[in-house]
Amino acid sequence: MGNFLAIAHLRRKFAIQNFEKKTIMGINSSSIARKVAMALSGLFLVFFLAQHFTINLTSVFSPDTFNEWSHFMGTNRLVQALLQPILIFGVIFHFVMGFILEIKNRNARNVKYASYKGGANASWASRNMIISGIVVLAFLVLHFIDFWIPEINTKYIVGDMSGMHDGEFRYYHELQEKFVSPLRVGAYVLAFALLALHLWHGFASSFQSVGFNNKYSKALTKFAKVYAIVIPLGFIFIALFHHLNHNH
Amino acid sequence: MKLTLKIWRQKNATAKGSMQTYPIDGIDGDMSFLEMLDVLNTELIEKGEEPVVFDHDCREGICGACSLQINGEPHGPDRLVTTCQLHMRKFNDGDTIVIEPFRAKAFPVIKDLMVDRSAFDRIQQAGGYISVNTSGNTIDANAIPVEKEDADAAFNAATCIGCGACVAACKNASAMLFTSAKVSQYALLPQGRVEATRRVLNMVEQMDKEGFGNCTNTGACEVECPKGISLENIARMNREYLTASFKG
Repeated sequence: MGNFLAIAHLRRKFAIQNFEKKTIMGINSSSIARKVAMALSGLFLVFFLAQHFTINLTSVFSPDTFNEWSHFMGTNRLVQALLQPILIFGVIFHFVMGFILEIKNRNARNVKYASYKGGANASWASRNMIISGIVVLAFLVLHFIDFWIPEINTKYIVGDMSGMHDGEFRYYHELQEKFVSPLRVGAYVLAFALLALHLWHGFASSFQSVGFNNKYSKALTKFAKVYAIVIPLGFIFIALFHHLNHNH
Repeated sequence: MKLTLKIWRQKNATAKGSMQTYPIDGIDGDMSFLEMLDVLNTELIEKGEEPVVFDHDCREGICGACSLQINGEPHGPDRLVTTCQLHMRKFNDGDTIVIEPFRAKAFPVIKDLMVDRSAFDRIQQAGGYISVNTSGNTIDANAIPVEKEDADAAFNAATCIGCGACVAACKNASAMLFTSAKVSQYALLPQGRVEATRRVLNMVEQMDKEGFGNCTNTGACEVECPKGISLENIARMNREYLTASFKG
C-alpha cells in the first residue's frame, strides 16, 4: 500500500514537473508562445488602464465620488489581496518579457546594416516599443514613489485604514497636491504621450499576436487606435485640470 | 547614368568584411539592378580585380535566388519586385547606392553579397510538405472540393519564393512571414489538414532553432515582400500553433 502511495506521489510530482517544463519552458523557448504571452499581458494592462482612467476621471466631476472609489479600491480585500498582486505580476511580466525579447531580437542580427531604412516599411511606434516602454516604466517608478508607496505605508505600516485626514477623506486632496509641481505634470504629459505611442502599436497588434485576423479585425484595430489616443489624452487632461485648478 | 556604389566586400564566411566604394558610368535606365552589377563585375575582371559575388538565377522574379539590401531596403526601393526586376530608372544620375547582404544571424555571409539561406530549407524540411502516396495510384488533387476563398488564400501563400526579404527587412530578423506562408499554404487545404498539428509545431520549432528573432508585428516584412505575402498568414500560424499546442 505504502508503495502504491509512493508511486502515485512520484507520478504526480513528475506530472507537475512536466507541466511546468512544458508551459514555462514553452514561453521561454517558443517565439509564438512569447508573442502570445506579451499580447495577453498587454491586453490585461490595457483593461486595467481603462479602469484606472474611469476612477481618475471622477476626480474632475466629483471629488466625493473620487474619494469613495479610491477608498473602496484602497481598502477592499479582494482588490488589495488578489487584484493588486495580479496587476503587479502583470506589469513585471510584461516589462521583463519585453526586455528579454529586445535582447533576443537584437542578437538575431549580429552584424548591423550600414544603411537601414526602417521608416520605409514600418511605423516609428512599432519599431521603438522598447523606448516608449522604458519611458512608461520610468513613469511607473515615479508613480509608485508618488502614490503607491505612501499608500502602503499609511495603510499597512502605520496601520491607518480610515482613509481620513483632518476629518475628511484624504485622497482627492493628495491627488491635487501631486499636480502642483509643473515638473511632475510635465513628466506626466511626456510619459502619457509615449504611452499613447506604445498603445498605438501594442493594442492593435495584440489581436494579430493571438491569431485574430478576420473581417472584424479592421474595426477592432480602429477601436484600438482610438483607445490609444483617447485614454492617454484623458490622463493628460486630468493632470492639467488639477494643475490649473488646485487650491493653493 | 553615373553612380557611386558602396558595396559590402567580404572574402569568406570568417573574414572581416568592409564597405568598398566603386564609381560606375554608362548605366542605362533600362538595365536591371543585376545587369548593372554585371557591368561592374566585367570592369573589375578586366582590371584584374575580384568580381563582386551575388546570388542570382532566373532573373524574372520567380526563383527567390537574388537578394541584396539596397539603400536600406531588401530588393531596393520599389515594391512587389525582386532585385532582378528592379530597374535602374528607379535611380537618378549621380546617386550613391549602398548595397549590402541580407543581414541575420541565421543568414551567415558566404562571400560578399551572397548569404547562406539554407535555414529556410531546414524549416521547410521540418514540415512544409504533405505525405502523398505517389506509387502509381495518386488521387487527383481536384477530386476534393475546396472553397474558392481558401484556394485563393492558399495559392497566395504559396507564391512565397523564400527569398528572405522578410527576414532582411524585419528589425528583429524574424522569419515569421516565410514560415507562416509555408504553414498557411497547406493549412488552408484539406490535403494539408492531415498533418497540420505536427507541421506547425515542427516548423516553428525549427524556425526558433535557426536563431531568427521574434515577430513584433511591425509589418515591415509585408511591405517589403516581393510577392505581397500578407500578415494574415502570421495570424493564421499563431492560431494554428496555439490550437496545435493544446492538442499536444
